[in-house]
Amino acid sequence: MKRGRSGLLIFIVVLFGLTLWVVWPNHEIRGRTGFALGLDLRGGSQLVYSANLSLKDPGQTDAQALEGVKQTIERRVNKYGVTEPTVATMQNEQGSFILVQLPGVKDIDEALKLIGQVAELDFREQVVNATGNTTWVVAKAIGSDGQEKELTGKYLKPNAVPYFNEQEYRYEIAFEWNAEGAILFKNITTRNLNKPLGIFLDNELVSAPTVQAVIEAKGVIQGDFTLNEANTLAIQLNSGALDVPLTIVERRDIGATLGADSLRKSLLAGIIGSALIILFMIIYYRVSGLVACLALVVYAVLNLAVFRLIPVVLTLPGIAGFLVSVGMGVDGNVLVCERLKEELRRGSTLERAVEQSFRQSWSAIWDSNVTVFIACAVLYWLGNTFGNFTVVGFATTLFIGVALSMFTQVVVTRAFLRTVVAGGLAKSPRAYGVFKT
Amino acid sequence: MIDFVGKRRWFFLISGILIVIGIISLAVFGLKWGVDFSSGTAITLQFENPVDLAELRQQLADLGYGTATIQSAGEEQFFIRIGETTSDEYAQLKEGLQAGLGNNITDSSVFTVSPVIAAATVRNTGIAVVIASIGILLYISWAFRKMPKPFRWGICAILALFHDLIIVIAIFSILGWAAGMEVDALFVTGVLAVAGVSVNNIVVVFDRIRENSKRGVSGDFEVIANVGIMESVGRSMNTGLATLFVIVALYLLGGVTIRNLVLALLVGITTGIYSSLCIAGQLLVVWDKGEWGKLFSRLPSARRASQ
Repeated sequence: MKRGRSGLLIFIVVLFGLTLWVVWPNHEIRGRTGFALGLDLRGGSQLVYSANLSLKDPGQTDAQALEGVKQTIERRVNKYGVTEPTVATMQNEQGSFILVQLPGVKDIDEALKLIGQVAELDFREQVVNATGNTTWVVAKAIGSDGQEKELTGKYLKPNAVPYFNEQEYRYEIAFEWNAEGAILFKNITTRNLNKPLGIFLDNELVSAPTVQAVIEAKGVIQGDFTLNEANTLAIQLNSGALDVPLTIVERRDIGATLGADSLRKSLLAGIIGSALIILFMIIYYRVSGLVACLALVVYAVLNLAVFRLIPVVLTLPGIAGFLVSVGMGVDGNVLVCERLKEELRRGSTLERAVEQSFRQSWSAIWDSNVTVFIACAVLYWLGNTFGNFTVVGFATTLFIGVALSMFTQVVVTRAFLRTVVAGGLAKSPRAYGVFKT
Repeated sequence: MIDFVGKRRWFFLISGILIVIGIISLAVFGLKWGVDFSSGTAITLQFENPVDLAELRQQLADLGYGTATIQSAGEEQFFIRIGETTSDEYAQLKEGLQAGLGNNITDSSVFTVSPVIAAATVRNTGIAVVIASIGILLYISWAFRKMPKPFRWGICAILALFHDLIIVIAIFSILGWAAGMEVDALFVTGVLAVAGVSVNNIVVVFDRIRENSKRGVSGDFEVIANVGIMESVGRSMNTGLATLFVIVALYLLGGVTIRNLVLALLVGITTGIYSSLCIAGQLLVVWDKGEWGKLFSRLPSARRASQ
């Protein structure tokens, strides 16, 4: 018995040391030195686009089309150089949406242009129609398989680069066709020699240079681009066109210092609140209150360590979930402390009172926490299904917190209390807040 | 010994009045939806130096935003609500304010939304609460399976839970028209948190009643329930108090962004303590005694009036 207890105490101390090391800042765990913070705490932009799936390729299912859009956006965002972007899809009866989170992005307007544009590139030739007007028609040619194909951006190699044309003093984009594109381009430039060839982006004329030679593999898009525009266009061409048009429905920019400000204030409040709890527990429950507080410290550090190890992205709702779980952890300890007082008032010995207090409060702790688990599981599942990530963050931290609070209660609080009692550190019932027996 | 169960009609009367007022307020005024749930633009501006609220209002009016809602969060930080704004208009607004007030904007947040997403959020949360309630109902009915008629415990727990949720939502409705309190996305989180804490409280009290019932404290369920509630008072008050320390600290110091969430918790946890001690167990007793029908005809005031 005694041996088992000291083994358990060593386990707790080692666990506490390890978790404290995990939580301690300034060293890297899972590729970062601090907690993974959500946009609301670190600043950045969140964009929600509505995808018009009625314009998708009929051969695709809705889910496939949306996934295609998501992948295109991921390619664009990654090339834009944002750290840890999130691109997620959500579908509900209101439609299909793409959620893009760009932490710490500075020039959001540029990012908006980059992400939302369809970026469908095609080449068009001038045709005189029946009424004598000249119109642009998408250039077609026979491909390697004998089929007639339109010359569009999908035959580009993903290596378009912006460069500065010193003679013209402007930015241009150099591109390269793949094998199929080269065959088409050769046919079309042969046919249109000394005629203008229109370069269209999303049905808008970018430029219409005159074809001066038969070209195969390589070409240049000329236009009145700034460096930023040329960069953006190159990224878009390289990541492919969006399968369906997107419209922005929600935009949230959070200033970096404002996010940090919320975090700092919440932390300060949490620390002051916790100090008050500790004070209250110690004054009211004396020794068992002190033990409960020590266990709660172990619990809080363990919890934060788990957040870092998984890692859980902390958002304001997530922190709310954590605080609620701390509240429930306090509650479990209060239940035990109250029971202990009751047992002592009944005249039980200290050893018996400790064992009884855990045994009798267990059903309440278990049943009340299981109901919370059920609620968390439902919220987590529904939040993920409907793309309501606020709710997911809350449910995740609450679930982890409640599970760990049960663990610390059974293992840590009990081990500490048994040690205090067995060590004869506090024998009088008064030390447990019982004044009348 | 305080007779919690014997005074149940008073408690039901108080709760009934609160809920009726709340439902009337919800029916007449509804909730004041924040920018998360209605289209528009919400801006947070952090100025370098203190700004006078009246002057800011004047400057905004000069820039063509006379209808803007302005909320101060300290002398240098302000929330501004305007109609849906494009990026360019927003940039002009910021520049206009900097020039007009002779004060630099050091940081800013902006939030523009059309209501499609948010409408779905509220509905989905509603669905989540209903499904979770069914899950909780089934679990409690199972956990109390050794009691006679375990299903009643589940139903009464859910009724007490809805009691708390309705009061929280109703108070936000009242604060909406009385003090301009808006409901934002974090409020939804707050309501969920209240649901979690509330169920937790109720189950703790029920557990105590179950224990006394097993122990055979009395043959009368009313007495059993009252003893159980009495024995839970210390725990409920102390846990509640401990939790409220953190909540009040968060309310006072936690910054304006989470104030909605924290206020929901403040109201919800207080209501939760009350309902776990004064409503949940009492509902069980009412059901046990078959008093549902007589409940309202025998309200204390009605009785006095008939004498």
